[in-house]
Amino acid sequence: MALKSPLGRVLGLGSAKEGVTHWWGQRLTSIALIPLGLWFVFSIMSLLPSDHATAVTWLRSPLQAGLLILFISVVFWHALLGLQVVVEDYIHTEWLKVTILIALKLLLALLATVSVVMVLQISLGG
Amino acid sequence: MVEFTLPQNSKITNGKNYPAAKGNGKVKSFAVYRWDPDKGENPRIDTYELDTESCGPMVLDALIKIKNETDPTLTFRRSCREGICGSCAMNIDGTNTLACTKSIGEIKGTVKVYPLPHMPVVKDLVPDLTHFYAQYAAIKPWLQSKTSPPPDQERLQSKQERSELDGLYECILCACCSTSCPSYWWNSDRYLGPATLLQAYRWIADSRDEATGERLDDLEDPFRLYRCHTILNCTKTCPKGLNPGKAIANIKKLLVARR
Repeated sequence: MALKSPLGRVLGLGSAKEGVTHWWGQRLTSIALIPLGLWFVFSIMSLLPSDHATAVTWLRSPLQAGLLILFISVVFWHALLGLQVVVEDYIHTEWLKVTILIALKLLLALLATVSVVMVLQISLGG
Repeated sequence: MVEFTLPQNSKITNGKNYPAAKGNGKVKSFAVYRWDPDKGENPRIDTYELDTESCGPMVLDALIKIKNETDPTLTFRRSCREGICGSCAMNIDGTNTLACTKSIGEIKGTVKVYPLPHMPVVKDLVPDLTHFYAQYAAIKPWLQSKTSPPPDQERLQSKQERSELDGLYECILCACCSTSCPSYWWNSDRYLGPATLLQAYRWIADSRDEATGERLDDLEDPFRLYRCHTILNCTKTCPKGLNPGKAIANIKKLLVARR
């Protein structure tokens, strides 16, 4: 039986005094993804008809490799922020929520790192 | 986890039919949600047929007519019958609104009347708003000022400062917006909801209030404020034509601005 007052229940553990960074980060990454996404789609479309060697030469350019690494980082950062919100919204079993949030962070960090290493390998001629 | 099906005791059955008396003019059907906590039965939908020519123009008029003439057990809240008390907020024709300002004439076919969504039901169309009111109390909805008021007059506002409260002070706390918000449905234990956040902004925007910093501190929380994903059901449903979505966006802007 819970006899805690309704106000006590609402006040709970108090305000976390955070959330602005997350919210602002989500907005900034989504804005950054507009030009980066357009660049990525345009580049892949223009590379489609060419052979493997042309693609490798393209990726050897520091500007293109840099943009691709930036694109990968922002995509994964944005995905993490978004997925975190979805999990917090819909999963109400506390231990499951925390487990999924930690697993998501590790998984996305791994995928992002592997993707960046792949770009570097090709770009630096591995 | 998310529940995709209703719990067994929330499944709604078909209830009684109350046909209109013979020889009546314009007949309109009202399908009304009924649940009695003392009976231990599942909720049901009772259908009442009414002669709208001998009834007032609003849905509340019809509910009162049903209660007076057909079924005195029908339970609902009402008071002012002119859209200022917020008592008769319910879900009519699929939208949260005030029964007293919703015209029967603008609803096509059967008029479906349910209590406000996703709230515990006390009886029939009466939801339990205890938590909703506690959330309102939690934002300290009163003027907080360290400066003493002038000894010989009230605290003054310029016309421009006063106009900042337009679109905020009109809120009657009927709970239509909060109970239309999916974020509030899933997380109302921690998310304050559009009505409470609009009221919080009403005090943040008040030029006479000096607790803006503390108010923003209390709101800066992933759940209390940031469960709002600008779905804007709140703004769409508000029977007073207010914009809680904009008030919440303003709070978010202020939190960025003070960094």
